[in-house]
Amino acid sequence: MLQTAIQFVADSPLVLACIKILIIFAVISGIVAYLVYMERKVLAFMQARLGPMRVGPWGLLQPVADGLKLLLKEDLIPEGADEWVFLLAPAISIFAAFTVFAVVPFAGNFYVSDLNIGLLFILAISSLGIYGIILGGWSSNSHYPLLGALRSSAQLVSYEVAGGMALVGVLLFANSLSMVDIVKGQYNHVWYVFVQPVAFLIYVIAALAETNRNPFDLPEAESELTAGFHTEYSGFRFALYFMAEYTNMVVVSCVAVTLFLGGWYRPFPSIAALDSLKYAPIAAFVGAGAFVLWLGLKGTVPLERYFFILLFVGFLVLAILVAYPPVLNAIQGIFWFGAKVLAFLYAFIWYRATFPRYRYDQLMNVGWRWMIPLAMANLIVTAVGRYLYLAHHATTAVSWLGK
Amino acid sequence: MPDVTFLDANELVLNMGPQHPATHGVLRVKLKLDGERVLGTECIIGYLHRGVEKIAENRTYAQFTPYVDRMDYCAAVTNGMGYVEAVEKLLGVEIPARAQYTRMILAELQRIASHLIWLGTHALDIGAMTPVFYTFREREEVLKIFEEYCGARLTTHAYRIGGLQYDLYDGFERDVVRFCDYFLPKVDEYEQLLTKNRIWINRTRNIGVLSGEDAIALGVTGPVLRGSGVKWDIRKAQPYEAYDKVEFDVPIGERGDTYDRYLVRMQEMRQSVRIIRQCVERLAPGPIFGKVGKVIKPPVGEVYHSIEAPKGELGYYVVSDGTVNPYRVRVRPPSLINLQALDKMVQGHLIADVVAIIGTIDIVLGEVDR
Repeated sequence: MLQTAIQFVADSPLVLACIKILIIFAVISGIVAYLVYMERKVLAFMQARLGPMRVGPWGLLQPVADGLKLLLKEDLIPEGADEWVFLLAPAISIFAAFTVFAVVPFAGNFYVSDLNIGLLFILAISSLGIYGIILGGWSSNSHYPLLGALRSSAQLVSYEVAGGMALVGVLLFANSLSMVDIVKGQYNHVWYVFVQPVAFLIYVIAALAETNRNPFDLPEAESELTAGFHTEYSGFRFALYFMAEYTNMVVVSCVAVTLFLGGWYRPFPSIAALDSLKYAPIAAFVGAGAFVLWLGLKGTVPLERYFFILLFVGFLVLAILVAYPPVLNAIQGIFWFGAKVLAFLYAFIWYRATFPRYRYDQLMNVGWRWMIPLAMANLIVTAVGRYLYLAHHATTAVSWLGK
Repeated sequence: MPDVTFLDANELVLNMGPQHPATHGVLRVKLKLDGERVLGTECIIGYLHRGVEKIAENRTYAQFTPYVDRMDYCAAVTNGMGYVEAVEKLLGVEIPARAQYTRMILAELQRIASHLIWLGTHALDIGAMTPVFYTFREREEVLKIFEEYCGARLTTHAYRIGGLQYDLYDGFERDVVRFCDYFLPKVDEYEQLLTKNRIWINRTRNIGVLSGEDAIALGVTGPVLRGSGVKWDIRKAQPYEAYDKVEFDVPIGERGDTYDRYLVRMQEMRQSVRIIRQCVERLAPGPIFGKVGKVIKPPVGEVYHSIEAPKGELGYYVVSDGTVNPYRVRVRPPSLINLQALDKMVQGHLIADVVAIIGTIDIVLGEVDR
């Protein structure tokens, strides 16, 4: 019975894809919820305070409490709002944010679909997300959201150009739009961040702007526009916007990792001397275990201490489990991908703690006068360089690309 | 205003406040916008009006002292200082040296605390969220000294007419010197975060420019005036307490923009530390109270006395009719008068700059509305 079920799943790609989608959706939702927690904690440590500490040990249940609270809140629709658009707008944002994960390769064999125009798909879908913001701001029938939405559309248009152009530089090396092929292109070669550093910088800045993060968080500049485009939203619709924003952070991190940082490969995958890096997951779990053990020993509340010590045991068990060679090999891809994405997200939070906010017109200046010309120059230089290189080393180039 | 064209149809009136994260309390500003560009402003004040001046007429001179703390609640000590000095001037009392130096130490600590709130909130308004936590950490140390001295942290009622109620506690000098040593590197730390930050410079350079002449014409005082290049500090110009006996510099700006005002205040905090150190050295044992009767009954007359509060010239005009209650007390609050410059400073700027400019004026609504 079980065997036939497994056989059925393995044989029908549709069911398999559905299962993968469910797993990815659940995991990403959890990650997004805890990304908010991580942001609050990291910011707190950088700002000489503690962050959430009350709900659960070390505030670990804070995301659950926040979600519940927002679910139970009244869903208000302002008077004079365009009701249907107002209700639908947050759904557009979150839909676009989640759809992108369809083509993100989390590991060499774990992705929903390997679309041959994967990168184009990502760019197209994440541009759709802006409709959620514009429509939400417009339909609220209120001044602050309107200004927030206008800022947002201007910002997105300017930075997508630069960001997209930066990605083309990578495509010249990868010769493919498929996300999986782009990662594989970095196996025999170095990560594309080393051959396209300028493009990487431009993409990171554009990503900050597209996800409305500091120093480009103008659409929701709290001190100016109260809450920007979602000022009038309450309850779970607000939560949807909030989730969409953090999901977008994960999306741009995933894209950056895939295109520039070698996706699921460990650093310098083709250099055998670094093979011992494959034990990094064990080290990571042991390190996390040591950290929670330290927390547990330092803690004063008995329940919390037991919880942390239990967590320590859990991490230890995980470390031992991971040390089993087949498991170790199986999780290599997802581990490195996750670690890179996490590092990227950490940097996002770090920027937020450090920078003041750009002004609207300065943002446009940076976008149009610096980023776009720079991205163009980078593209032209790369293209010419690539052409000359391929023309002179036609034979070597082919083997170099692994074809 | 330009001639009326069809473009005027796009004019948008945006109401900022009284509930708004960046208006520092309950200031309400009506902005007339063309897109995001500000064409004109109208400040609507009075949401925090408590009739402090009127209350004075029904209280004795001593009873009124705690009320003045509630005007600029970010700088209660200097508020009290201005009032008690005005009444002392009316009475013609001399204050013993120990009381004078103590008052100066606490007042300069208060200046630091007030500037720290300004820095934190100003940076927060411009989008840098971290400095506010650092400045509140340091302000906490100042408040601890206040608490140790007089039992209160915010509205301190630290001084009495004629001197001080309490002598200094044991270890006061040590605490103050320790704070000074701890605080100076922290100012450098704030500057590291902001002074050379390109975004910070972009957001504050040439924003809200106020020329020296305009500033004088509008009656603007304090760091805002000094940022515009006018060297006017009441501690130097009309010294009170023992400010003529200590050495300190008056930092001034060149361009009168938000960045200059930022630099001026950062320097002022350092100068305050300098004043505090000198005062602590000169603290000698002695009386802390001048010759003031049990019942304060100044002779018929009037007096205007002003001090350099953290936000500018804080003046008290006290009229006595010879009874135990003041006949009239009029306060010249620096925040209210500095706020008048807002309209001039925001013309032609963007909404984001309005927020930065409100921050740079450093207003406290308790003082604006009284």
